[in-house]
Amino acid sequence: MMQITRVVLAGLAAAAVVAGCASGGMSQDLDAEFAAMMKSSFRDEGIAKTDRLQQDLAQAACSSPKPPAPEVAKRIEAEAMATIKWPTGGQYFGNWAAGEKLAQSGVGMAWNNETTDPSTNGGQCYNCHEISKQEISFGTIGPSLYHYGKNRGVKDVAAPESAPVVQYTWSKLWNSKAHVACSNMPRFGHMHLLNETQIRDLMSLLLDPRSPVNQ
Amino acid sequence: MKPKWTLLAGAATLVALPVAAQKSSAEGIAEYRKMLEDGNPAELYEVKGEALWKQKRGPKNVSLEACDLGKGPGVVKGAWVELPRYFADTGRVQDVESRLVTCMSTLQGFDADKLAATPFGKGEMANITALATWISGQSRDMPFALSQAHPLERKFYALGEKAFYYRAGPMDFSCASCHGEEHKRIRLQDLPPLYKNPGDGLGIAAWPAYRVSNGQMWSMQLRLNDCLRLQRFPYPKFGSDVTTALAVYMGVNAKGAKSIAPALKR
Repeated sequence: MMQITRVVLAGLAAAAVVAGCASGGMSQDLDAEFAAMMKSSFRDEGIAKTDRLQQDLAQAACSSPKPPAPEVAKRIEAEAMATIKWPTGGQYFGNWAAGEKLAQSGVGMAWNNETTDPSTNGGQCYNCHEISKQEISFGTIGPSLYHYGKNRGVKDVAAPESAPVVQYTWSKLWNSKAHVACSNMPRFGHMHLLNETQIRDLMSLLLDPRSPVNQ
Repeated sequence: MKPKWTLLAGAATLVALPVAAQKSSAEGIAEYRKMLEDGNPAELYEVKGEALWKQKRGPKNVSLEACDLGKGPGVVKGAWVELPRYFADTGRVQDVESRLVTCMSTLQGFDADKLAATPFGKGEMANITALATWISGQSRDMPFALSQAHPLERKFYALGEKAFYYRAGPMDFSCASCHGEEHKRIRLQDLPPLYKNPGDGLGIAAWPAYRVSNGQMWSMQLRLNDCLRLQRFPYPKFGSDVTTALAVYMGVNAKGAKSIAPALKR
């Protein structure tokens, strides 16, 4: 854990120096060469600058075919949970139809996109998840979200008994690593991929009993 | 090797098909292949590439027929399924496109930096893609057999593996996010598992490929470039070590898999 933290703090450019004072050997030489290779191989293009290659704790710890040690995973999850911004005014819900549009769109954050403004980004949900039955072109990297609210017994999103699943879903969308340290899912709120209004719309898509997801 | 012009019109109408398709993209592609039989538009690029190889060009007005792709000057057959590999004259591990830049520079007198900086699909880069397409076709149905004999080749495999699992950027994606498990899809698109041998004609064994969806011929450099764009990474320089290392990682993992390049893709 020490070593990972130090690499994160030092950043990619200084990884060679860090590697030198960590527990030595072949793998440390390789780490330094890898850092040098990444630095020389990429360049800025539009909104996609080379600083995107600097890793935070979760990214660094999850960059191996082996999962991180349990204590590292716990720390990632605890730190991610602490980043979650709960919705302003306790307003968790928006418009499921707008959420469906967001779920369909995979646009945003690539070097050919004009801006990093979240309001221009899609949620890319269908790339990885089944959501409504009407859309048959869905990916399978994530679990099916069809009947997401229904399966969790949500009959009224405002009912007190719905609160745990409502809060869980918000936190999952805001920072997925709060629940699974090496989750494949982007951290939509934490990384400024989507704004609060957009996350409210996705909440409605998933949980509103009137949404096509729950029919 | 006569291109079948009548089939090109067929390919164009197929562009609309994936939207309506309810079957997996693998089934869809298999269907396109059957309909097109050996009329893949990539053949046009193979014809162009072969002509470019033999034509006297560049400031020095010579052909590429003395270019060493790893099996000796002028040997093209079987070269593709052994690339990337270490080249003693440059002291580098190079893929086919990077090697073509070397040959076009040393033999024909082109400016290597200018070649590498040319956008995909434009000018000499379109020629490099056509050359790579022809060269890949000269290894059709041959099994992948990358060397790991030179220390740099082994190092590039290790670096490629690290690059494959490297998570970064605003979406925390690595190559493994999409290609790290079997039987996964993005939308309807099947994703080859690239941490192991994905099998004949999948992953590295399918590129260069003609893409029906946009009517473009894509080299492996462009395939990796677009993967990294969708990973929301910064821009990988053409022929950069990270792209070569990833190709070594995929190529070594694919040992024994038969090449179908140049292939036909969605």
